[in-house]
Amino acid sequence: MPGLWLVLIVLALAIAGYVIGRQRALQSGGGNSRALHSLPRFYGWNVAIKVLLPAFIWLAVWSLVQTIIVEKTVSGIIPKEEITIGLEGEDLDLALKVIDANHSLRMAEMRRTAEGLNYLIAADLLTEDEAQNLTLDKVDVEKLLKDAGQVVTGEIIAPVLKASQRKLALDKRADIMKSIFIIGVALAFFIYSVLQSHKDYRARNSVEFMILGLLVLMACIAILTTVGIVLSLAFNTVEFFSIYNWTDYLFGTTWSPRSGAGTHQPLGLLPLLWGTLYISIIALVVAVPIGLFAAIYLAEYASPRVRGFVKPALEVLAGIPSIVYGLFALITVGPMLLDIFGNSGIGIMPGARSVMTAGLVMGIMLIPFVSSLSDDIINAVPQYLRDGSYGLGATHSETIKQVILPAALPGIVGAIILAASRAIGETMLVVFGAGAAGKLSGNPFEAMTTVTAKIVSQLTGDADFTQPEVLVAYALGTTLFILTLALNFIAQRIVNKYREQY
Amino acid sequence: MYDVPNTERDTTVNDIKISANKVQVYYGEKQAIKDVDCEIQDKTVTAFIGPSGCGKSTFLRCLNRMNDTISVCRVEGSINLDGEDIYDKRVDPVQLRAKVGMVFQKPNPFPKSIYDNVAYGPRIHGLFKTKAELDDIVEKALRRGALWEEVKDRLGDPATGMSGGQQQRLCIARAVATEPEVLLMDEPCSALDPIATAQVEELIDELRSNYSVVIVTHSMQQAARVSQKTAFFHLGNLVEFDDTSKIFTNPEDPRTESYITGRIG
Repeated sequence: MPGLWLVLIVLALAIAGYVIGRQRALQSGGGNSRALHSLPRFYGWNVAIKVLLPAFIWLAVWSLVQTIIVEKTVSGIIPKEEITIGLEGEDLDLALKVIDANHSLRMAEMRRTAEGLNYLIAADLLTEDEAQNLTLDKVDVEKLLKDAGQVVTGEIIAPVLKASQRKLALDKRADIMKSIFIIGVALAFFIYSVLQSHKDYRARNSVEFMILGLLVLMACIAILTTVGIVLSLAFNTVEFFSIYNWTDYLFGTTWSPRSGAGTHQPLGLLPLLWGTLYISIIALVVAVPIGLFAAIYLAEYASPRVRGFVKPALEVLAGIPSIVYGLFALITVGPMLLDIFGNSGIGIMPGARSVMTAGLVMGIMLIPFVSSLSDDIINAVPQYLRDGSYGLGATHSETIKQVILPAALPGIVGAIILAASRAIGETMLVVFGAGAAGKLSGNPFEAMTTVTAKIVSQLTGDADFTQPEVLVAYALGTTLFILTLALNFIAQRIVNKYREQY
Repeated sequence: MYDVPNTERDTTVNDIKISANKVQVYYGEKQAIKDVDCEIQDKTVTAFIGPSGCGKSTFLRCLNRMNDTISVCRVEGSINLDGEDIYDKRVDPVQLRAKVGMVFQKPNPFPKSIYDNVAYGPRIHGLFKTKAELDDIVEKALRRGALWEEVKDRLGDPATGMSGGQQQRLCIARAVATEPEVLLMDEPCSALDPIATAQVEELIDELRSNYSVVIVTHSMQQAARVSQKTAFFHLGNLVEFDDTSKIFTNPEDPRTESYITGRIG
């Protein structure tokens, strides 16, 4: 485990640096800590952080670059052997795509093989020389790997083996260079910062500046990953729309993907969108009044003892995984509704799975969301507003209705929007409760499906990422993303317009 | 419309509006007010002075039963408003507070428009039949609050955007709009600058012609400026209650003298 050793060495240097830096600073002040610019521990931290931070940043950068370079070098060994002569236009595009896909499959196989060989070496089943000299005609490599408990998914062909051996060799050399480089960096900074540790050095400012840098770094990581997710979604969506007509997607009223039917299958968004919105609306109609009224009771009327019991009890609801709600919908609520509205009753409900089933249960799921957030917001309305209202002869309920709720409105709208976003993004409950067929219907007792449920079903099983019925999942994802973004935006506008700022 | 003659404004002997007898207030186990007897006259400004924690605010809040909103607070004794015991079971504290309005230490306008702030009380108590009547009530209240000229063109603006002094005058106008008989003010100027304080004090003096005003203040100069009667509280006791001029020139109790000369408190 050279990687682990590397980290341990750097950590040890940092700890040693802490002790030595602190010591040196104290010595320079004649052992009197009041003679120093900063508290002694800041000199220690100054050295420790200066050893750790650059070493780890370089380690991350080096590892990333190494992977990219090695893959690039090795990928030439695996041939793109398919013949494209005589193909033109769309056919050529398709063939090229297939070639790329095959090539990336082989690269994955190569990576697994390299990993397997690495494991064999680590387990002393092979020496490094033996691993480098393996050839397919002398040894059954597949059997060797399988016997050692390694994953082998495809047939290992000669170029794959050769490439993996090359990768092993390259990685080994690069790892040694990496270790030397990183320890060098750590040592250089160690010496540099230990020399800095003098009583006049402003260690506290320096440490605080580095902490600031760390915070900025973390913020960047958070933002960049978000950007990355959005970009990957966007690229795949663009790819989908390059092989599928966007008007058919956006305005199509039928959803019935068939595997292998190419670009001429109905992949209409509307039935899914309708299902999503219909279920969400029913859920909100259930959750908002119950949650809000519960919050008003808890925040304004309940005695501390009742509150101490009811609030945690409500929050337990929020802790239940959505799949459990799904089971509840499937086993309890669905059949119950069927008894009343099914063929034995009113006769408008064909099966237990329906928009109403999913909507009701989702509403129950969202109650703690709405109530808990609203409760906090109502509690945050300052006491002097209540006093002002009581002082004018208003009753408790007049005060709530005319002063507290308007003041809390922005927060309450925020809570509702949060609940709505959750409703739109909910998946498991819908898979169980609402059904699987995309349908445009006004009857809430019919089975429908939602955008999220279809993303799951389109990507489950053997997914061929050149086909529209698979790529449509990304378009659906983008649609959801835009929908929730728009919702947040609208909510923000509403809140700003009606805000009664206290 | 006619001006109230000056002679009537300066009457020194008025009817008794509120009389308190042997009032005790407890916060849980702790007694905050001990045996307070006090008579507050109509159309008079009565000032409560005393060091912090002496119980003057607590006693003020007893007069419109605002202490009811604090669960651990308990009041004993009797307080009569126009001869009726306000702590009687038949008295609705909400109705009482409409008659005995209150202005707080910190200006606390509702996060609504200036108009809606003033209209809040009239709306709750149904003091008008038409929109025009409400407009009239709001205008009158704002005029009494000496605020009309400043805000008449922006009644729809949020009240929270006004300056501190304007906000406090709005709170007074808001209290006046419910047509109370008594106005309680709990250190109404402590969050204001000297100019805003002067405006509010002038306003208090004008309000005296219609209401009985009770003001809690930390500033003895303010008490001397605005009040006709002054009560000095110390450690939960009402030490001395007399004409303001007498309290500040010739106090009977040595504790009062120590306080107004700055030796205690």
